[in-house]
Amino acid sequence: MATQTTAELEQQQAQKGFDDGASHLLEVSMGPQHPSTHGVFRMDVVLDGERIVKLKPVFGYLHRNHEKIAEQETYLGSMPYTDRLDYLCSLTNNWGYALAVERLAGIPVPERAEYLRVIVAELTRLQNHACLIGFLLQDMGASGTPLMYAFRERETILDLFESLTGARMMCNYLRFGGCRVDATPEWLRQALQAVEAFPKFLDEFEQLLTSNEILVARTQGVGVLPEEMAVQAGITGPTLRASGVNYDIRKVDGYGIYDRFAFRVPLGEHGDVYDRYMIRLLEMRESIAILRQALREIPPGPVQDAKTKLRGFRPKPGEAYARIESPKGELGFYLISDGSANPYRYRVRPPSLINLTVLEEMCLGRNVADVVVTLGSIDIVMGEVDR
Amino acid sequence: MSPERSPNMGVEAVQAALAAAVPGCTVEIIANPSPAAQHSLLIDAEHAVAIAEFLRDDAALRLDYCSNVTGVDWPAKEGGGFLEVVYHLYSMEKKHGPLVLRLRTQDRSAPAHLPSLTPVWRSAELQEREIFDLFGIHFDGHPDLRRLLMWEGFVGHPMRRDYVEPDDYEYEPTAHDAVLQKAQQHQRGVGQ
Amino acid sequence: MRGILAVDAQLKTELQRQGIFATTLQELYNWGRKNSLWPLNFGLACCAIEMIASTMARYDLARFGAEVFRPSPRQADLMIVAGTVTKKMAPQVVRLYNQMPEPKYVIAMGACAISGGPFKQGYNVLKGMDRFIPVDVYIPGCPPRPEALIDALMTLQKKIDAQTLTGENQPRCVDASAPSEFLVPRFGAHDLEPPQNPTVWHPPLVQITTAQPAATVPPTHSTAGAHES
Repeated sequence: MATQTTAELEQQQAQKGFDDGASHLLEVSMGPQHPSTHGVFRMDVVLDGERIVKLKPVFGYLHRNHEKIAEQETYLGSMPYTDRLDYLCSLTNNWGYALAVERLAGIPVPERAEYLRVIVAELTRLQNHACLIGFLLQDMGASGTPLMYAFRERETILDLFESLTGARMMCNYLRFGGCRVDATPEWLRQALQAVEAFPKFLDEFEQLLTSNEILVARTQGVGVLPEEMAVQAGITGPTLRASGVNYDIRKVDGYGIYDRFAFRVPLGEHGDVYDRYMIRLLEMRESIAILRQALREIPPGPVQDAKTKLRGFRPKPGEAYARIESPKGELGFYLISDGSANPYRYRVRPPSLINLTVLEEMCLGRNVADVVVTLGSIDIVMGEVDR
Repeated sequence: MSPERSPNMGVEAVQAALAAAVPGCTVEIIANPSPAAQHSLLIDAEHAVAIAEFLRDDAALRLDYCSNVTGVDWPAKEGGGFLEVVYHLYSMEKKHGPLVLRLRTQDRSAPAHLPSLTPVWRSAELQEREIFDLFGIHFDGHPDLRRLLMWEGFVGHPMRRDYVEPDDYEYEPTAHDAVLQKAQQHQRGVGQ
Repeated sequence: MRGILAVDAQLKTELQRQGIFATTLQELYNWGRKNSLWPLNFGLACCAIEMIASTMARYDLARFGAEVFRPSPRQADLMIVAGTVTKKMAPQVVRLYNQMPEPKYVIAMGACAISGGPFKQGYNVLKGMDRFIPVDVYIPGCPPRPEALIDALMTLQKKIDAQTLTGENQPRCVDASAPSEFLVPRFGAHDLEPPQNPTVWHPPLVQITTAQPAATVPPTHSTAGAHES
């Protein structure tokens, strides 16, 4: 859907009766340094008063040539780089990449490792969605207080990650064919404790926020994304489900052992910012259900098949595409192997970038303040957008 | 290895359906020797948009979701090499996939031309722009083809295999392997 | 000079009992600057999340004086360059630094801001922010822990404390001849122009032998990542 050029817009303005010869359109660059653009993201907006008449996003301010580096690294050497893609959710990025390599080379994964993968992935989803709600409210002007609550919970989960993987954020935990180290019974007990304490935090959040009149006034009816547009534009993740499309890759593909877990997929009705906020709250509750089940059912066993060779790993020529439901959307990895130790082509399908395709349509005709809230609700991380 | 719930699209069946629906098109099956067994269909540029529209609108396939668009540079292939664009298609309605499509250019000239599939699947819009930026493939019919990641005025296509990056290796305190070679080259270049 | 300006400690205590506080202008000036460093709201990449975590309730940077993160460079004293600086972003970083009023300080947080970090080999990554702006404190890490950022802030405070109003160790803002705005690079066809600012960046000389490499010797152990061009 091509929007008009600035010249056409000015012509329309002139027709409205502003005949003093001056243009009443203001072109503003929001970003790349901006308190609410979630990283180095720039939007060139053309404003008629406070109303947006044109919006063009500019990317590339964090383009770190991740894909080119991967062509020169070995397969395993790229695993720490995947941590830095969507830097809030390093473990799900690891899983997407490990899944692609396992498909490419046909590497089996032991059952305990699959359970551990689900556990760390759902913990990642919990802390990501909590942070998102915190950042969204900060964008609305709540000056960091909900963010403090969210980060309090995030710190609990980061402590778990640190004791399991050795790092708070850049975990680098998954390997092709399993996990790097096993979880001790003590860790599992602490994880269950953290998961059991989480619903209390969600109840507190809901009580403070969900019927808060400022939140409701600023998010209901704002940034509406119709269902057909969402499917056409390849939107995935909570943003898609808020528009009413039932597509959760954990249910559709059933990768890992997700088909063993009983969880529901919340769907929205209106596709506005409020729906996206509510979807994330509901998804957090479903993640808690998955975590409780996984922590109860995790079997003993090895976390990596002793026969899978990691040094000198040279998969046979071929290609594979694997995708997972990351907290942002569909994160896909496409690998082409030519039989050597380095991938011939390594591609990341970034959900944050593709979810921004429709940013302009969601914001046209609304105020600048609504742009900030809409952008916050799409949930982007620039490390993934620009790679 | 966890198998995908939706089995791989029967590429032979799709090839047959395309031969019937889009007359004159060339569809070749490229086998995938890896255990993933995601075989792909190589289609010709002339009928690409018609093929794409059929795949999206056909009642049995309904591939309404283009998930991933990748550019690949094959300089070593016969005939001077070519550039390739790979599309991964899924169906949100029928919950199946993936179907892999490939489009190849004639050669590696810059810019090489291919038809854009953005009018069919809007999710290809930003991804095709990125391939234009990093590989130099010009997509005819794209609504807004300009660089995505590199700055305006940048010359060159960095993801091509023969791209030479700028020489900023003045200070390499812990150089080894390839970086050591580049640092030595830099010092030879400035005559130190 | 210090002898005249220093006050006898006993006299100080006696005066304090009477409610009179005596100090030197230098101490007061340094105390004011170091205890009210307001950072610029400037996170680029992953290190930004650890920077945000350090301002949250668990680590709380505010108790060191970094009370509010100002969104506008005109109101900020400290720029924490947190994350990878790409060549596309570098001119904007320098412009933001130029817009900050003196006294201003820079902390380079993380491996990427120091030298390009893990993404160093790349066509779009600037190999360290100190190529264009003067950096006061470097924090290694990928990402550095919030405690490391607090330690860096304390190091910067110690550095400010050691500055004198006159003489060699003057702060830059007091010296009229020292520049406070630096060259903004332009986008060239392949790289920034200029690729670094020689008045700011003084890398130590590193001896790299320029002898031609001998005939390829197979490595004694399997080196993952060895690149054959």
